Amino acid sequence: MYSKKFGRLILGFCTRCSTSVVNGTPTSTRTTVSWTSVCKHHTQFLEHRSQMGFAHVRIRSASKTTVDPNEVKRFQLLANKWWNEQGNFAALHSMNDLRVPFIRDNLLNAHGGRRPGKPLAGLRILDVGCGGGLLTEPLGRLGADVLGIDPVADSIGTAEVHAWHDPDLRGNVRYRAITLEELSEKGGQGAGQFDAVVASEVVEHLADLETFTLCCNQVLKPGGSLFITTVNKTQLSYALAIVAAEEVLRIVPSGTHDWDKFVSPMELERLLESNGFHVESIRGMLYNPLSGAWSWTESTSINYALHAVKLEEEPNLDEDDPEDPTVIVAQAKARRWYN
Amino acid sequence: MHSLTKTALSFNGIGRRCVALNRFSETRIICRGLTCTAEHGEHEHELYDVIISGGGMVGTAMACSLGLDPNLEGKKILLLEAGNKKVMDKVPDAYSTRVSSISPGSATLLSGVGAWDHIMNMRCKPYQKMQVWDACSDALITFDKENLQDEMAYIVENNIIVAALTKQLENLSDQVRVQYKSKVVKYTWPKSHQVADAIPWVQVTLANGQILQTKLLIGADGPNSMVRREAGIPTVTWNYDQSAVVAVLHLSELSDTESSLVWSTSHRHAEELLQLDEESFVDSINTAFWSNENHSELVETAGSLFRTALSVLMPSAGSARQLPPSVAGIGPKSRIMFPLGMGHASEYIRHRVALIGDAAHRVHPLAGQGANLGFGDVACLTQLLSQAAFNGKDLGAMQHLLEYETERQRHNLPMMAAIDLMKRLYSTNAAPMVVLRTFGLQATNTLPAMKAQIMAFASK
Repeated sequence: MYSKKFGRLILGFCTRCSTSVVNGTPTSTRTTVSWTSVCKHHTQFLEHRSQMGFAHVRIRSASKTTVDPNEVKRFQLLANKWWNEQGNFAALHSMNDLRVPFIRDNLLNAHGGRRPGKPLAGLRILDVGCGGGLLTEPLGRLGADVLGIDPVADSIGTAEVHAWHDPDLRGNVRYRAITLEELSEKGGQGAGQFDAVVASEVVEHLADLETFTLCCNQVLKPGGSLFITTVNKTQLSYALAIVAAEEVLRIVPSGTHDWDKFVSPMELERLLESNGFHVESIRGMLYNPLSGAWSWTESTSINYALHAVKLEEEPNLDEDDPEDPTVIVAQAKARRWYN
Repeated sequence: MHSLTKTALSFNGIGRRCVALNRFSETRIICRGLTCTAEHGEHEHELYDVIISGGGMVGTAMACSLGLDPNLEGKKILLLEAGNKKVMDKVPDAYSTRVSSISPGSATLLSGVGAWDHIMNMRCKPYQKMQVWDACSDALITFDKENLQDEMAYIVENNIIVAALTKQLENLSDQVRVQYKSKVVKYTWPKSHQVADAIPWVQVTLANGQILQTKLLIGADGPNSMVRREAGIPTVTWNYDQSAVVAVLHLSELSDTESSLVWSTSHRHAEELLQLDEESFVDSINTAFWSNENHSELVETAGSLFRTALSVLMPSAGSARQLPPSVAGIGPKSRIMFPLGMGHASEYIRHRVALIGDAAHRVHPLAGQGANLGFGDVACLTQLLSQAAFNGKDLGAMQHLLEYETERQRHNLPMMAAIDLMKRLYSTNAAPMVVLRTFGLQATNTLPAMKAQIMAFASK
């Protein structure tokens, strides 16, 4: 009863929104996506809540590829808008104020002091889902050797054109239009090469998180860092990141996010820890739509950033205590992965 | 929804490539076009990270400051100056007429770039007390630090400051390049960053035909800034109907007292003063200091009444009253005159452009704040650029430039308004204004807290 009432409210709200004029995105797709997905998600959310309690585990494993073709289509339409700092991606531009220092400081802690002016010199970083290169370029300017990958070829094209002008970036920033699993498997080329993998605002667009984690593990050096920023899966994130950000305030193009695909930090931590990572820190981020600025915050209810480190050695099966349940699970997983 | 199967990875790849090819991707064509045509065009012009246009006090200080910053190491910085290199092997005996009052904040900046030691070795005069007399009444105001121990500020000749900064720049020659006798004839601004096939940098064309490119252009080219004019930044200016006559005075008390004079008066009177011979000039200065001809009965009565009232309320306030100096003579060939005006650029920044110093704000010399505002700009902009570089940002990006503009306008505008107000207040002999300012001056003089605030604000 409650879900039906809420559903009707959302329906009415969305109908009102979809009749207004929208720049850039085709209205028909937007209407379909917003109405059906919003109602569907809300009923699903309530069902899950009533069945399993709040901490439900539902890792998406629909297929063995991380790429969702609808997401690809959606981002293709926006490919040439990446570098408009006041446009659709304004929030991502200003998020650099948080994520670049987060990555830089954690890498400096792990790898010691580097030369001033180029603090990340000598480090190889992979930017998964780099889009137009918004995060790739600052990391390149800090001296790192960055490879940006994205399945949307048009975004890669935009990124390449933008970076081409700057001689500082020509040497150490490269882009390739491939997916992470292609990179990680191609004849061992991508294996164990990178000091850090950055997946910022990416995991909420993926089809399969398990494959993603495995691929990240493969391309990282032992002790390498994985940086993820994404949106939490809570009622608050639904209200703010989907309803407010997409429908009301239009901070993010409508239909960008699918609440179903959001992943909570606990879920992500569990997934990473069971795949050879150790989660070092999780920090909440908050966007202020009035000032357009991000800030760190205590609560991870909406956006959060996560730093994990690939464990140095593969787990040694003989040394561990056979009675310990977590070790048994880890051993089972390890056996599955190696076979 | 999507019909992918486990074994269809390669199929998926082919499908994606077909989708990509079917779309008309302008970006690819532009990319190819750029490689063919723009390549030989862009590589001819040298690209700098920062070009500072104007090698005066503020421009040279900016160059030193950027060159020394650790986060900007490895960045290419260029200082362009139309004039010659100012070298000072030996400090000339004769004092120069153009001097500046350097606040403690500016002194901190100069010592941070290592120029302050050179200045102290050359010539500079700290002062502990400032006294302001009113010609139309007995009112006066005194500013001093407690116990006359700390310096309030320093009087330094402008060419000594420039020479000290130039010497420091020589030590930074691998970080900062300097080109003297380089006059700029044209600036070309970048189009909006959305246009993919245009050069996104600022282009600077020199008189000798050389074309330079930069990611950030800093305009430090003085009150008639070409950068500001070419960028089309609207400026609020007005000319005071005044000119300043500057001279070096020999005071009569002790032997080592040479003093700098800045006399702001009407254009006509300023021209007359320049025409006078030395003795008459000295006489006119003394008259200006000592004469009572502007005092009126009304004002004197009102003033003394108010002073009595104040001494009842705040008996212990007010420091020792110092009499105005008597001038014995002036330095040879040292009189010059320049017009006074006020100017404020409504915007200090544009995409890839920032204005500092007199290019952004020009003030009346009565408060000795012009150079200090400029040095304040240098400190602020350096700190913001350093932070931006540490965050991997493009130096010409608007975000941190906007922060610079906001912070400096917040500081500069009140200061400029106060100076302008003071100037207008003291430009009149009309009795009501005189009474008003007499009261104001006397009241402020007895409030140490207010004076401390004023000094703190001016010392930044």
